Amino acid sequence: MIPELGHFALALAVALAFAQGVIGIFAPGLRDPRAMRGTPALALSHFLAIGAAFLALIYAGVVSDFTVENVANFSSAAVPLLYRITGTWGNHDGSMLLWCFILSLCGATVAAFGNGLPASLRARVLGVLGLVSGGFLLFTLTVSDPFTRLWPPPLDGAGVNPILQDPGLAFHPPVLYTGYVGFSVAFAFAIAALIEGRIDAAWGRWVRPWALISWCFLTAGIALGSWWSYYTLGWGGYWFWDPVENAALLPWLTGTALLHCAIVVEKREALKAWTVLLAIATFSLSLSGTFLVRSGILNSVHSFAAAPDQGLFILGLLAITIGGSLLLFAIRAPILAATGIYAPLSRESALVLNNIFLCSIATVVFVGTLYPPFVNLLFGIQLSIGAPFFNETVLPLAGPIILAMGVGPMMAWKRAALLPVLRQLWLAAAVGLLVFLVMAANRHVIAAVGLAGGAWVVMAALTDIAGRIRLFRVSPGSSLARLWALPRAAVGATLGHIGFGMMVLGIAGMTLATQKVIVLKPGQSTQLGGYTWTLDDIHDAPGPNFSQRVADISLSENGKVFMTLHPARRFFSAQKVITNTAAIRTNGFQDIYAVFAAEPAGSGGAELRLNRHPLAPEIWLGGLVMALGGGISLSDRRLRVGAPARKKPAGAVA
Amino acid sequence: MRGAKKRRLYLVLAIGLCLSAAVGLSLAAFSSALTFFLSPRAVVAKHPAPGLNFRLGGIVQVGTVKTVINAGTPTTSFRVTDGQASVPVVYTGLLPDLFREGQGIVAIGAMNASGQFAADEVLAKHGSTYMPKDVEESLKNAGKWNPAFGPAPAADTWNTMKVKGSGS
Repeated sequence: MIPELGHFALALAVALAFAQGVIGIFAPGLRDPRAMRGTPALALSHFLAIGAAFLALIYAGVVSDFTVENVANFSSAAVPLLYRITGTWGNHDGSMLLWCFILSLCGATVAAFGNGLPASLRARVLGVLGLVSGGFLLFTLTVSDPFTRLWPPPLDGAGVNPILQDPGLAFHPPVLYTGYVGFSVAFAFAIAALIEGRIDAAWGRWVRPWALISWCFLTAGIALGSWWSYYTLGWGGYWFWDPVENAALLPWLTGTALLHCAIVVEKREALKAWTVLLAIATFSLSLSGTFLVRSGILNSVHSFAAAPDQGLFILGLLAITIGGSLLLFAIRAPILAATGIYAPLSRESALVLNNIFLCSIATVVFVGTLYPPFVNLLFGIQLSIGAPFFNETVLPLAGPIILAMGVGPMMAWKRAALLPVLRQLWLAAAVGLLVFLVMAANRHVIAAVGLAGGAWVVMAALTDIAGRIRLFRVSPGSSLARLWALPRAAVGATLGHIGFGMMVLGIAGMTLATQKVIVLKPGQSTQLGGYTWTLDDIHDAPGPNFSQRVADISLSENGKVFMTLHPARRFFSAQKVITNTAAIRTNGFQDIYAVFAAEPAGSGGAELRLNRHPLAPEIWLGGLVMALGGGISLSDRRLRVGAPARKKPAGAVA
Repeated sequence: MRGAKKRRLYLVLAIGLCLSAAVGLSLAAFSSALTFFLSPRAVVAKHPAPGLNFRLGGIVQVGTVKTVINAGTPTTSFRVTDGQASVPVVYTGLLPDLFREGQGIVAIGAMNASGQFAADEVLAKHGSTYMPKDVEESLKNAGKWNPAFGPAPAADTWNTMKVKGSGS
């Protein structure tokens, strides 16, 4: 019964979403205030309907209702409760529902907290969100229905894909999706502004928090996914330039650009058309990223939920959404004239430079990701573009960004002088240079460049904040008071930059990783990275829906054992799949990483992969700090207090 | 409005410089990072020059996997087949979890002087029924399996399919 109710709620949501879309977009043009007031209510009920459908699916998963095909195929009675819940979105149909649920949640949030918005703008924003949601809900309902019944039901489900049975991956999709989908709000604001034909600082103040929230989630989602592949796939790799990863990276790049140039719109009322274009591009890339991967057009090593037969519907939806919005932009963009003027050397210019480089990187990644399927489609040639392409193109383009990142935030608006800024940054430059020289002297040139860049970014951000709170020039207490009084947006931005610097440090540190593949018998030991690794024992251990073999490894330095590792091989009998569970110990500055790869027949021992990864934790810590910086920036008073209520100067209408 | 014009000039200059850098880097990287996919049949027919990097995809032939442990480091040799031809492969290092006989895999590397494919990397997807897309394509072209007529034949039957002109 419950799945039928869910199915009905889904159908209801389609109707409500389209009603919200049509009324929201046309009511302001007809100057019908009652219809305009109705759109928030529609958005809320649309959210409730999808929420009910989503809960129904989770319920079916929790009680293991195997008459529902989705549950029967991707869950089983033996699966722990957490994965019975998360399993509902670990597959194509369920993840579509999750996607729509988050989209409707965004709409409901705009409806609930958008009282300060002009009524016509709010109606149009909700209208755009309603149309997008309606399209994808229709797809879910007709082509990929998660509530399809199965008769006769199997005795037990097929079980969760073992590799997905992991806390990191359980929360990765919702976080990543929230990031992807959150950009729909910035997109809706952009489209609404194009229809209205005006953008002002108030618009920027609305778009920025939404871009910021989505960016935080996207950053955290990417970091989580990377961390997951690092510790589960057992290769010790954290980024493979795989199409799925690139699909997440692309909106992150343009979203980061959007984040930065929305500041310019808000503060200086310049770069309006560009901001609108970035908002459209970011959401378009989010959409195409999610759906090109699911439709099977992009071929990936680790996409778990592909359904190639549904590709055409998705392609149609993408074409309408992206093509339509770009067409609207082409027609309406000339109306959005800039009013703010700035010199070539100013904060604005620095932000423009950041945008140019981020978009260049995005273009290169886009070309590298889409070229192989494109060539295959046109000429039938099968080729692939591997990590070297992306390393050779992205890293040189990232260099100037890293250099400019230190200087940009300290430049003044409108017109700035470079020399005083550089004079303040002597310490950061000196630290960077020192790191470079020390590492280069040890012949680690690539690591030297990376570590110097990371150190420069972190030091420059710290210098900036130290200058603002007048550290060491006034008493520590009053410095602390100044820190507290600083605009949260400034603190957040600094943290964001520090996080990025940490990530650069981590990535550079990983190039110094040492590793070894070796077969050891119990009692034997080997040397790696200055430690002695001894295999003590291999034994069996029980698990909930798997059996496992565990290797006990102890690490010692100068004869003293200081760490034991227990990598395992898990055998999932339901799917007949073996997974390796890596053992990772971290002290915050390096990871010790061991994988129990196999028990080669006849050797009587274990094949082990032992790694020492200097600075690896900084990659994900950096991602976390970036997301945290975004969160702090979000708590800025300026964004919380109803800024649009502030009196606008007469003639602010562009 | 001399200022506005000058500003626009700077902007165009910056964008032009950055874009040309991006294009230049891409073109330079294209030549080294583009790798073609070859099926065992194509390898036997075309004899790619030793040292030329490419991706080899097919089914791991049953009964051909041998692992030799040399000073603690395992070296695995096996044959990759598409049902029409097969190519010997050597790989030193840790194979992915799902590497086994009868599994569809993609190996990246180059032919060595002794006519073996020396793989730098072996990819097998995490999924027991999964077939890499390239491999699926090459099996279709070899006339051994068409996805339109159901799932791929059972892995261990690949051997008994006629292997013509299995190279070297």
